[in-house]
Amino acid sequence: MKRYQPLLLALAVVLALGTTFVACRSTGSTGDAAASYVAPGEYDAFYAFMSGGFNGQLSVYGLPSGRLFRVIPVFSQDPEKGYGYSEETRAMLMTSHGFVPWDDAHHPELSMTDGVPDGRWIFINGNNTPRVARIDLATMNTAEILEIPNSSGNHASPFVTPNSEYVVASTRFSVPIPNRDVPLDSLGAALDGTISFIRADEPGRMDIAFQILMPGFSYDLAHAGKGPSDGWAFFTTYNTERATTLLEVNASRNDKDFIAAVNWRRAEECVAGGAGRQVPGEYYHNYVDERHVAVSEVRDGVRMITPADCPDMVYFLPTPKSPHGVDVDPTGEYIVGGGKLATVIPVHSFSRMLTAIEEGAFETTVDGIPVLRYEAVLHGEVENPGLGPLHTEFDGRGYAYTSAFLSSEIVKWHVERTEVVDRIPVYYSIGHLMIPGGDSRQPWGQYVVALNKITKDRYLPTGPELTQSAQLIDITGDRMRMVLDFPTIGEPHYAQALPAELIRDRQVQIYEITENRNPHAARNEGEARVERDGNTVHVYMTAIRSHFAPDNIEGIRVGDEVYFHLTNLEQDWDVPHGFAIMGMENAELLVMPGETRTVRWRPQRAGIFPFYCTDFCSALHQEMSGYVRVSPAGSNVPLAFGTGAIARDDHDADNPAGGAGSAPADADADAGAPR
Amino acid sequence: MRHRHLPPTLILLALVLAACGGNASSGGAAGPALDPSLPFQGALALGPVDAALAAEGEALFGTRCSACHKLDERYVGPALRGVTERRDPAWVMNMILAPDKMIQVDPDAQALFAEYGVPMTNQNLTEAEARALVEYLHQTAAPQTASDS
Repeated sequence: MKRYQPLLLALAVVLALGTTFVACRSTGSTGDAAASYVAPGEYDAFYAFMSGGFNGQLSVYGLPSGRLFRVIPVFSQDPEKGYGYSEETRAMLMTSHGFVPWDDAHHPELSMTDGVPDGRWIFINGNNTPRVARIDLATMNTAEILEIPNSSGNHASPFVTPNSEYVVASTRFSVPIPNRDVPLDSLGAALDGTISFIRADEPGRMDIAFQILMPGFSYDLAHAGKGPSDGWAFFTTYNTERATTLLEVNASRNDKDFIAAVNWRRAEECVAGGAGRQVPGEYYHNYVDERHVAVSEVRDGVRMITPADCPDMVYFLPTPKSPHGVDVDPTGEYIVGGGKLATVIPVHSFSRMLTAIEEGAFETTVDGIPVLRYEAVLHGEVENPGLGPLHTEFDGRGYAYTSAFLSSEIVKWHVERTEVVDRIPVYYSIGHLMIPGGDSRQPWGQYVVALNKITKDRYLPTGPELTQSAQLIDITGDRMRMVLDFPTIGEPHYAQALPAELIRDRQVQIYEITENRNPHAARNEGEARVERDGNTVHVYMTAIRSHFAPDNIEGIRVGDEVYFHLTNLEQDWDVPHGFAIMGMENAELLVMPGETRTVRWRPQRAGIFPFYCTDFCSALHQEMSGYVRVSPAGSNVPLAFGTGAIARDDHDADNPAGGAGSAPADADADAGAPR
Repeated sequence: MRHRHLPPTLILLALVLAACGGNASSGGAAGPALDPSLPFQGALALGPVDAALAAEGEALFGTRCSACHKLDERYVGPALRGVTERRDPAWVMNMILAPDKMIQVDPDAQALFAEYGVPMTNQNLTEAEARALVEYLHQTAAPQTASDS
């Protein structure tokens, strides 16, 4: 508590002395504008991907500037982009529970080759309704979401193995498996945990490779081994007490919980040899197909193995006080546990672990899983590591950086010597921290980013809800140096970053219009049309600066279900077109060049309904609009449409016919005139 | 493309338009020196129609041009049949490849912008694609289709 008290004192002073508020805050506020300054028109050195936490999304920032570039919709509907609203994207959010338009996204994890981020994809977990998503880094769009059956509270996820063979998932909230109706006063004995290995190295084909049935603890975080420990993955556990109520007390009784060491190559062998059994479990696999349309496959059943089916597959490493993070250093030798309530950071040794296994240095077994002796696997304990050490990242120069939640600081320590060498306060209540590539075999150890849960007095206040924040700290010198502090979108749990050049030049700029395979595409204006099928009307519409075709439609009736299939004919970068029509019970469409997106509209009343382009596209963007005439249900206004002139089939005397998309009325005089 | 870029663009356009008012035409078959900032430099002489190349151009016309141009009617932009007879083919190449640049440096392009009020869209075509389009437009000028001009 000693370090905690000055902080509380400082806060009390701040609150008490309103008029000297600014002066008080400035003490301890450091920064280095020059070190984070990226001049107008210049690029950042790193892309950073930060989880949006309970907004369910993934945010893309530049470092060192902290500038926000994009929020990638993943698990939550995003009306700005029409994600989860358009007919082409709704399937991404389907689950065995139905359409689930939100999740709690925690841990982005870059795909790796040979233990180093390769810039192909980034994965992120949905914690609430267990899911894992894959985002394509060439388009910065969610390409695939896999639901995890037989799971709950998917927190220790989606950490990757060194060649992205697998991403992992597990139960932070253990449940009976198969899930069933159990009286809550006997639930503890019925709890099971699972650890899932998801095949992840083939885009569009993620699937559960196998699940390991584990004791009903809470599986909290994970990291795969690398180098000598490649082939293993490590998972922290807490609530080894299997409490089901008042966990803040009842799940903290044991002096030590465990890190589960899982030999996944061994598990592969056992599964290949036929171990385990097929268990039921419905789950959805949603992916964007070659037509740019999200589709859902419903799958049922997974291969489940138990530690008894596969000896030598799982061992427990005792680890103090409800460990949270588990982080493997770049050499693959050291496994660092972070204890939410611990006063030391235990550092386990992989080579000692192997020796202990060989020598049978077990202190007991739990549900048939050998528990190794703490002293037999321990490399050392870091003393005085701050209060509530949570997560550790590495700089590739032999140092580790651990976040301490309770004392709001980052502690730098020497991995081999387990000695603290520096510490820096952060503002406030840091959760994860991130060094670019800091959980990989080759960190780019220029900065550490603190990901803070609470900002209190750091920014202009915004009512009861205040922003979360990130803080950029230079770690190139002996002492850590605070450079910049910036607010984040949503709660940044974990983050990942990598040098910009790994992905910058691979960005997709447009989609080739001639390769558009959306079944409802209109690949040129000649294909624009409106078709009625009973009460369903399909509008095959095109957009180009600065008009829609058709932009006049009549013959729509109250009670119709109208589908606008909008194809953006542009073939130039950064020219999306948007679409919205008055009264639409839906979000806008935002359509990228060469792509087709569909929105459903059910007009509720007769009248004239304007529609327009919502994304500023050109000098004549405001002119990019049109009208739909809606007639009462049962009326017999014929379907007609056009741009410039409306085409009618009935040759009505007071509506002279023109061709669909023919010239404006005043154009006849100079039609064909030399230009 | 976005709002924030517009005012400077418009100001620049206004300045360019003002500065260039009354300049001699750079169009026509005479082909005076092209502005060095334009992507297509040099002469382009059109001979007998290359039917295969024109067919390629016709397909591109459908996907990239027809949203704004008809052959025989004014639409968003001018009718294009026979444009290669009226304009230097090199000028047409530049108008296809860099319409945004053309309204800054070319008086004829500026006059068209003033008349139609719509800046032509850059459709990101390659020089080979533009050449195919020019061949197609050249083909449309053939005598058997010229009856309506």
